[in-house]
Amino acid sequence: MTVSTVSTVSPELDARFREAAASAGLLDVGYDVVESAIGPLFLAATDRGLCRVAFQPEPDEYLDRLARAFGPRVLRSGSSVDNARRQLDEYFAGTRHGFELDTDLRGAAPFAQRVLGELARVPFGETTTYGALAQRVDAPRAARAVGMVMNRNPIAIVLPCHRVVGSNGSLTGYAGGLELKERLLRLEGVLL
Amino acid sequence: MMEVVTEIPPFERFYLEQREIVLGFLRRRLGREAAEDAFQETFLRALRGYPRLEHGEHLRAWVLTIAARLVIDSGRRARPVAAELPELPVEDGRPAYAQLEHLADGLPPTERAAVVLRYGYDLAYDDIATALGSTPEAARQAASSGIRRLRASGGIA
Repeated sequence: MTVSTVSTVSPELDARFREAAASAGLLDVGYDVVESAIGPLFLAATDRGLCRVAFQPEPDEYLDRLARAFGPRVLRSGSSVDNARRQLDEYFAGTRHGFELDTDLRGAAPFAQRVLGELARVPFGETTTYGALAQRVDAPRAARAVGMVMNRNPIAIVLPCHRVVGSNGSLTGYAGGLELKERLLRLEGVLL
Repeated sequence: MMEVVTEIPPFERFYLEQREIVLGFLRRRLGREAAEDAFQETFLRALRGYPRLEHGEHLRAWVLTIAARLVIDSGRRARPVAAELPELPVEDGRPAYAQLEHLADGLPPTERAAVVLRYGYDLAYDDIATALGSTPEAARQAASSGIRRLRASGGIA
């Protein structure tokens, strides 16, 4: 039984340390859970760029994976993802059509990196198909593998896997749910 | 007995687990205000040393030693304070550590910390160097001269 559970680290002291850690460049990964127009988002960045945008913010599960992929110095720090948060807000508000963000895909396999690199070139307001994306990475039979890469896209929205649909035009699937995929495509004026 | 190597946790988890005890320790030693600066410095030093940790064991002892080192340093700058290690919670009932801590009581603080962390907690010299804010070689020397001193005083065979 705990008699005294007084939390002595004040929010100010806590925030001061987190800011100091981030600005001293001591983090392998800085992350935060932010509110957005589509609900809470988990955002994470390394010194090379954004490395996670995820819809179901369960940091505990993500932290171990991030630590394995990028190093153990994983710390919650708002400033690390501030720029990404702001650009996402602008995107949801309809005032931004492209992201000016570096990304860090070190955690992904080489094939996934190539596919995600091509995905990044699919412009706002347009869609492509799994098969077309497979052709663009010179693996025309790999539509299914491309689908798997989309399913595990580490940087949702910024790497626009919501713009990839089935060859018959069906929405197929989305890590954030089909409803969200439809909503994003409406926001971009694809679906009316 | 099989030794299972504990994985180094993501820093966030380590920080959340240790921050209260570190701040409590620093407040007892330095007072409320100085403790806040030392708190930040303790965890920044821990961040610097974190990539060199070889396993996730005894992290509390490790971070408290970093904090203790800061207390010693601030005592040198300001007023002389009894430089000593924090009263570390005995982990998994290690009698060796308790005994060692008692034996090492009379050593100078750096040697005491090095001896206790090396022989009580089995930390690598890299980790001890981080805890003490020195180099692995200096940590090794501190530990061995501590042991020599203990032998000379008849504390250990």
